This record gives sequence, C-alpha cells and structure tokens, in this order.
Amino acid sequence: MRVMAQMAMVMNLDKCIGCHTCSVTCKQTWTNRSGMEYAWFNNVETRPGQGYPRTYEDQERWRGGWKLDKRGRITLKAGGRLKNLATIFSSPKMPSIQDYYEPWTYDYETLTNAPLQEHTPVARPKSLITGEAMAISWSANWDDDLAGGPELAPSDPVLQKVSDKVKLEFEQTFMFYLPRICEHCLNPSCAASCPSGAIYKRSEDGIVLVDQDACRGWRKCVTGCPYKKIYFNHRTGKAEKCTFCFPRVEVGLPTVCAETCVGRLRYIGLVLYDADAVLEAASVEDEHDLVDAQRRVLLDPHDPGVVREAEGAGIPRDWIQAAQRSPVWSLINRYEVALPLHPEYRTLPMVWYIPPLSPVVDVVSGTGEDGEDRGNLFAAIEHLRIPVEYLAELFTAGDTARVAAVLKRLAAMRSYMRDINLGRDPDDSIPAAVGMEGEQVYDMYRLLALARYEERYVIPPAHAEQAHGLEELATECSLDYEGGPGMGGWGPFGEGSGGTASVAVENFHALKQRQTTDTLAEPTDKDKRVNLLNWDGKGRPEGLFPPGPGDARGAPERRDGTGPDGGTDPKP
Amino acid sequence: MTTTPDLVLWVVVPYACLAVFAVGHFWRYRYDKFGWTTLSSQLYESRLLRWGSPLFHFGILAVFLGHVMGLGIPKRWTEAIGVSQALYHFTAVGIGAVAGFCTVVGMAILIYRRRTVGPVFSATTRMDKFMYLVLAVVILLGLSNTVAGNIIGHYDYREGVSVWFRGIFRFDPHPELMAQAPLTFQAHGLAAFLLFALWPFTRLVHVFSAPVGYLWRPYIVYRSREDRLGGGARRRGWDRVGERYRR
Repeated sequence: MRVMAQMAMVMNLDKCIGCHTCSVTCKQTWTNRSGMEYAWFNNVETRPGQGYPRTYEDQERWRGGWKLDKRGRITLKAGGRLKNLATIFSSPKMPSIQDYYEPWTYDYETLTNAPLQEHTPVARPKSLITGEAMAISWSANWDDDLAGGPELAPSDPVLQKVSDKVKLEFEQTFMFYLPRICEHCLNPSCAASCPSGAIYKRSEDGIVLVDQDACRGWRKCVTGCPYKKIYFNHRTGKAEKCTFCFPRVEVGLPTVCAETCVGRLRYIGLVLYDADAVLEAASVEDEHDLVDAQRRVLLDPHDPGVVREAEGAGIPRDWIQAAQRSPVWSLINRYEVALPLHPEYRTLPMVWYIPPLSPVVDVVSGTGEDGEDRGNLFAAIEHLRIPVEYLAELFTAGDTARVAAVLKRLAAMRSYMRDINLGRDPDDSIPAAVGMEGEQVYDMYRLLALARYEERYVIPPAHAEQAHGLEELATECSLDYEGGPGMGGWGPFGEGSGGTASVAVENFHALKQRQTTDTLAEPTDKDKRVNLLNWDGKGRPEGLFPPGPGDARGAPERRDGTGPDGGTDPKP
Repeated sequence: MTTTPDLVLWVVVPYACLAVFAVGHFWRYRYDKFGWTTLSSQLYESRLLRWGSPLFHFGILAVFLGHVMGLGIPKRWTEAIGVSQALYHFTAVGIGAVAGFCTVVGMAILIYRRRTVGPVFSATTRMDKFMYLVLAVVILLGLSNTVAGNIIGHYDYREGVSVWFRGIFRFDPHPELMAQAPLTFQAHGLAAFLLFALWPFTRLVHVFSAPVGYLWRPYIVYRSREDRLGGGARRRGWDRVGERYRR
C-alpha cells in the first residue's frame, strides 16, 4: 500500500441553478488573457446538450481517455506511445476552435466615436481570432437552458446511447446543469499523452498541473483528456488547464469556483488513496464495476492501519485529520451518494457528483401528487427511466441500479427530514429502506442542506516547512528584481517569451496595466477591482461590486482626485 | 590557392554561424524556456495542416538523415563495406529526390496555408516570415543540387563539400574545396549556415525538443513541490543556514 493524499471536489447537482457565477469568476481569475479567450477552466453545461467543446463525450470520435486492449491492459484510446509520436506533426483528433467556439468582443468604440447620424450606432461583434466582424453562432453555453432542443439534442453523445427510449416531447423533457472543471484524475490520460512529460501530478495533493517551461506545445494532451479540460493557448503555444486554484488551496482557501458558488453546492476536501491500486481499478473489465473499484481505491482515513501507512508515507498529521473530516470522503464512501463523471474513461476522476433528484421531483409534483412523499418518489425513480438512464450514462457507465440507489437515498432524506421539520415523529423505516440509519441521514442532511462553510471546505494548508516549494516561490526568477527584465514586459520573441511570472507578479502587472491604459478593451474602473485569487470570502471589500447609483453621490473623494466616477460611467 | 573571400565565406562565416548557433541555443534555453514551443496553429486550421505538416516534417527528417550520410560518412567508409559509387549514387538520388519532393510539397502547402488562412497569418511574426524565406531558399537550393549535381551534371560532393564540412568540425578547414564546388552547392552551403545562425531565435528550436524520451518514461509523472527546492534561483544572500556553497 502506498498512501497518497488527493484534493478532491464533490458537486451537488440538485442545487445548481446554472447561474454561471463559477465560470465567470474562474475566467476573471485565470483565463481573461489573449490566447485563452475561448477557454473556460470551469464551464456549466445544460444537460441534455452537446457540451463544451461540442460532443466532447463522443470518445469514438475524439479518442480521449483509456481503453482496455485485447490482453485486458489499459492503453491510451488515442493510441500507444509510438502512434502518439508518429502523429505528432498533425494531431488527428484535436478539436478546432470551431468545436469550442470562436471568441469575440464588441466594437464598443463605435458607440462613442460614431459621427452624428440618424440611427443609433451599434457595437458589432468582432472575432478575437481574426479581428474581423463576425456573426455569433455558438459559444461555451449556447444551448443553455434548452434541455437539448430538437436541433441540438440528437447530437448529445450521452443521449444517443439511450436514444431508443427518449422521445423529445415537450411533456417529457427534463434538464439539469453540469458544472465541470478539470477532474484532477488519479490516472490522468492527459499526463500520459504528453510527449514532453510536462504535465505532472503533485505528489502532495494530487493537483494536476502543466509545467509551462517544459510544455512544447505538442497538443497531445488535448486529445488525451476525455473531458477536454486542457486548452491550447494559441498565443503562447502552451497547454493550460484548471489549477484547482493551487495558490488559494495551499493557504487553506477553497477554489474560486467553490468560493463564489451561490448555490453552495461544491465540497472540497482531502481523500487518501492507495496509489498502488490505481492501475488495477482502472483496468477492471466490466464497466459497471468501475464505480465500485474507484470507490475502493479511496482509503478509509479512520482505519488505524491506513493512518499508520499514511504517516509512514510522510503525510502530515493535520492532513490526516483533515482527511478524516473530509466532506468528500463522507459523500463518496459514507453516504455513497457521490458518483464519478464518466468512470468508463478509466482516468479515475476526482471531481464527483451527486446526481440531481429534481427532475424526478418535478415530474411527480407536476402530476399533482406529493413530490416529497416517499412512496411516490420511490415509484417515480423506478418508472421515470429516461432521466435515470441518462444520469447512468453520465455517472455509472450505464448502471441504472446504482443511480437509482443514490436517488432513493436523496428521496429518503427529503421524506425523513420533512417529518422532523413538520414536528412529526421521524419514521425510521424510511432510512432503513435505503440501508441507512436516522442519525446518518440527519448528518447527510446537515452536509447537503445546511452546507456550512467550515463543513463544505476542509482544506489543510500546505506546510510551512514546504513553503520553499510552493509555486509562488518556485517560479520566482532571478531576473525578477525590481525593474529587472523578469518584471513583466515582453521577452525578445513577443509576449509569449521570457520566464514565467509568478501569479502575484502577473496580477500586479495586470492591475497596473489596467490602471494606466485607456484602450477600449480595458475599462478604466478595473483598477479598483478585487483580485479574487486572494480574496478569502470574508466581508465585502471595497470594489467587490461596481459602484451603485447611491454610492456615486456621497462617495468619498477618490485617491486620484478626479472626484466621483471620474467620468467613466456608464460602464460598457 | 585560397583567396581572402574564400577564406571568409568558407571558414570565417561557418565558424561565426556555428558559434551563434551554439551560444544562441544555450542563451535561449536559459532565458526563454517559456517561449520554447512549436507554436502550433492547428487550433485554427487542420484540413491543410493534416497534409502539409506530416509531408514536410517526415520529408525533412529523411533529408536530414541523407545529409548525415552524405556529409558525415567519408567515401572510403562506404567503399570499404562494398558500396559501389553507382549503388550509392542510385540510393542517394532516389531517396533524396523523393524526400526532397515531399518536403517541398509539404512546405508549399504550409506556406500557402500560412498566407491564406486568416488566423494563421495574423499569428505569424516577422521572424517567422524571415525564417520561412531562408528555410525555403535552403531547401530549394538543396533540391536543385540533387537535380543539377547528380542528374544533369556530375559533381561528386563526397570528395568536395563533404570533406570541407567535416573539416570544419575537425578544425582542419579546406576552403579551396568549396571554392571549386558548383555555384548551387556554394549557395546551398552558405544559406544553410545562415539558417543555423538564425535557428536559436526562431521557432525552429522545437527541433531540439523532439520528445523521444516519451517512449520509455512512465506514463504518469509525479512531482513533489520540494523538487523545486533550489531548482529556481534563490536570491543571492538568502541561502538557508547550513546550505552548502553553491556558487
């Protein structure tokens, strides 16, 4: 047994309202740079739908993830090492920018520069790839809230697998939201596909990162990742991906997407796993056994044997304690309500999902029956095959019984807690029907429904004695002294050259540039913006929200002395 | 009889270009690892790239191996293992012509793509354009050598250019051999050395990242944060107590 720690996440899909706050704050923090305009480290998809990039889940087309070869050993679906190198000059299965979407901005300048004319000037969309005027036809969430829709749904790869039962009739439609980030897999196929060995898994917390100095832009990782969560920065020629907000996690703060989630549906915590068991779990033959195998790779942090091994492996004591309090461990293996996304890709993803019960409740309520009555709900879960089969294709490689079991537990929790809330005697036969005890259901209710901050996020900070290894220091460049060549600015080969700047330095320069620029793309009020990367979620710092109409009048004088608003309103 | 221009062209220029090549790469790697990339434009366009890029790259790899054989291996070695002049000539011209043809066709597709596909063209730097020009000149001159020197005329480069080329690395320069070579061979050699001098400052550096190590490294790379301890430069004067003297 080789115990390792992994930072993991669980998302409770029942609570996702599809507001995209996570996507927007993530983008503001990590990908609002040229070259990454089209990239969303966090995106929210409406399911059924095609996803982003379009139809990425169709692995017969995109060849992402792992598969079993004839001898039962796992191998990259895109091909082995030799084939991977042989196709290096033109990657055969890489999505084009059109498969994501062509990013654009608006020609806001026209609004102020246009000469006096009869008609109001219009800010036309302009492609950020070609610079030409363009017609917008797709985006990262173009099919938002459409529940598939008759034109798009037939191309949903998940829906296709269950399509013989699905009639896309209005009365039978259902939908839910699926927020996605990088899965930080235990068996990452992106890392396995990287010819340069630039993608690595941090042995302390399992976060998968791209070494920007070692990446050579062979773009094999884009093909290798079945979730298409590696993005090719077309300006710098390097792969980039979700970082699990490691600068925040290292100091004990949740990721930006989790911190800003208004639905409080994300849970972050440590899990301990057996690194020696990963390969075996990924190679299980029957796809329906994959979920169980992946659950078993995670070790019980309360088991004294595991604790001993973990201490032997050098995992600090407070990290083990954090693993014991981990909400992620509880949701996956104690309550058994969290499921991995597409276990059949065999990457052992570490962002797990609690499937949504809402489509079922909605249908039951829609018939005029009591949507929270146990009998009604249990019967509905059994009979509403369409959502259950769809969820099963997402989370259990098609095993409907397992999804139904999870939904029943969630339904049981609703029924059981309703009795308590209405002051009736709790009915212990409800938890018993789903193999739980009343106390356990109550704990699950606390975690899922109350979802207190300290219980949702149990993140042990990185250790001071490891501080020198922390990325902020490690990427420090000897040229980064004040005014030195490393302090921002471009290298001799354009903006993509020169050493990497640490996040703090980069932010500093980005803010300074915004303060001094007066170009169209960068509104002048952004210098007062709060940097979400190091905001701890406490209080309401100045500049978190743009000044409202009330603030403008009585606001204290700005430090630049221009008085309220300085003529920058209205904002674009 | 070696004249001063010959000495400059066939001794001074090659050594100067090779020096720039070596020092330039060292400097670029130390200073600009982040800029060391293929800078692929496949995200923008892949229909033309699918044909052009493999044609060009596999072609140029074969051309490179041909040069290793033609320039690197002395004539008497191949004769010693019984390869006759006719056989050598036949293989070299045959393979060389096919590889050269693939390279030129691939390059033509790639240049056409770079010029006509909007996003690709706007992602092209001035250095890229200059590099493409020099590279195209070198390749076309080289192909013309195969045609002019082997098929139309008869110039045995293995007793001229090759000896001169190896002499450069043995510090035994023979400029007179180049002075006697046909004009296209002279031009090809000179343009090639110019390309070498340009090399470290272009995207061509990605040649040296050819990821052969991928064939035997483990699939999943684990890296510890502590790996970086001392990997990046700590500021002078900030070494920890007890740390060994590093500079």
